[in-house]
Amino acid sequence: MIKITFRDIKGNDKTISANIGETLMEAAVKNDVAEIEAECGGACSCATCHVYIDKDWLDKMPSATEMEEDMLDFAFDVKSNSRLSCQIKITKELDGLVVETPESQF
Amino acid sequence: MKSTNTKIIKTDALIIGAGPVGLFAVFELGLLGIKAHVIDILDKPGGQCAELYPEKPIYDIPGFPMITGQKLSDNLMQQIKPFNPIFHFSELAKTLTMIDDGLYELKTSSGLVFNAKIIIIAAGGGSFEPKKPPIKNIDRHEGQSVLYSIGKINDFVGKSIVIVGGGDSALDWTIALEKVAKDITLIHRRDKFKGAVSSVQKVMKLRDENKILFKIGQITEIIEIDNRLTGVVLESEEQKIKMDCDILMPFFGLTMNIGPLLDWGLKIDNKRIAVNTETFETNLPGVFAIGDINTYPGKLKLILSGFHESALMAHAAYKIVFPNENLVFQYTTSSSSLQKKLGIH
Repeated sequence: MIKITFRDIKGNDKTISANIGETLMEAAVKNDVAEIEAECGGACSCATCHVYIDKDWLDKMPSATEMEEDMLDFAFDVKSNSRLSCQIKITKELDGLVVETPESQF
Repeated sequence: MKSTNTKIIKTDALIIGAGPVGLFAVFELGLLGIKAHVIDILDKPGGQCAELYPEKPIYDIPGFPMITGQKLSDNLMQQIKPFNPIFHFSELAKTLTMIDDGLYELKTSSGLVFNAKIIIIAAGGGSFEPKKPPIKNIDRHEGQSVLYSIGKINDFVGKSIVIVGGGDSALDWTIALEKVAKDITLIHRRDKFKGAVSSVQKVMKLRDENKILFKIGQITEIIEIDNRLTGVVLESEEQKIKMDCDILMPFFGLTMNIGPLLDWGLKIDNKRIAVNTETFETNLPGVFAIGDINTYPGKLKLILSGFHESALMAHAAYKIVFPNENLVFQYTTSSSSLQKKLGIH
């Protein structure tokens, strides 16, 4: 188990325990992180699990695939550090990760 | 006073939702001799399978090591063909009322009126609707100068239009409206489009010929004068600029909203309809809920669970539709009467 902190737009933090091997989205949904909707359930088909990952942490995970980049077109307020949390597999290197969530998954 | 020119559509069963579970419900009801009408907010069958992931492989449909969402919908449409279901697409179920003992009246967004003995809610995650960007005051202009779909092309003649997005809708409407609009600016977050290759090529050509303006960035504000939309603020990593326009069209795909059925008097548990797992009936007699839209202890949101729920629902529905008949359980492999219904000789 590792610790991951979700930070909402107002700066409120929620730290959860996550299992190695599950996705960031799965860990968020399991722990009732309200800002992650994950409407499609992890099929990379809806862009409602949009998150921002700090640049230093982005280097510790594989970069977004073309499919993920395409799907990000349907998210709002997409930045250079935008990712879809259903496409990020949790590894032990991500212990202590801080994930920011957008204003809305709309 | 009731309008006399509204034709009431009478049916045994009305299914709300033409996703895989709604389609399979047609099959299970059909085997028991119950005819069904089906309504869906989308313009085609398949629900999420067809709208969200038509090309994506599904690996947990029994008997299919791998099948795409589109192929699964196509197969289900073929499987239910012998029962001649009647589809009503692009219809949102708005109101449901019990009008008589054991008879329901359902009205849709376009004004269709159904009278049905049983209602089957197979609405998945709810009805699909366009994603509305969380921009301040955008809701004030929706339907007037902020549009998520196109009505008549003529309404766009001589207009200055900003289209946002990089998928097929954004591209298709850029191409279609370029012919009539005063000017079109297409805004997308990156210099790459997800749409069909031919549409991308057409849009690139329009851009190269200076027939449309293409900008990288996103819309962050709406500019208003006297409550009228007069422009938008475009933000990118390099700049923040104001742009004049008459019409803003954001195309960020669709989202699901559980919508009007929350007001139907159904017992709702965490935005899902509570059901009895013996019959999949809701708290309203004769109203059933199957697939992702329902909840019960141990519920799994799987297509295969929805198929199972369809079968149990149909057997319970039979007793309502044919109260004086005795249902004999039969198999399609051996029952000549079931095979007759399936059109097999």
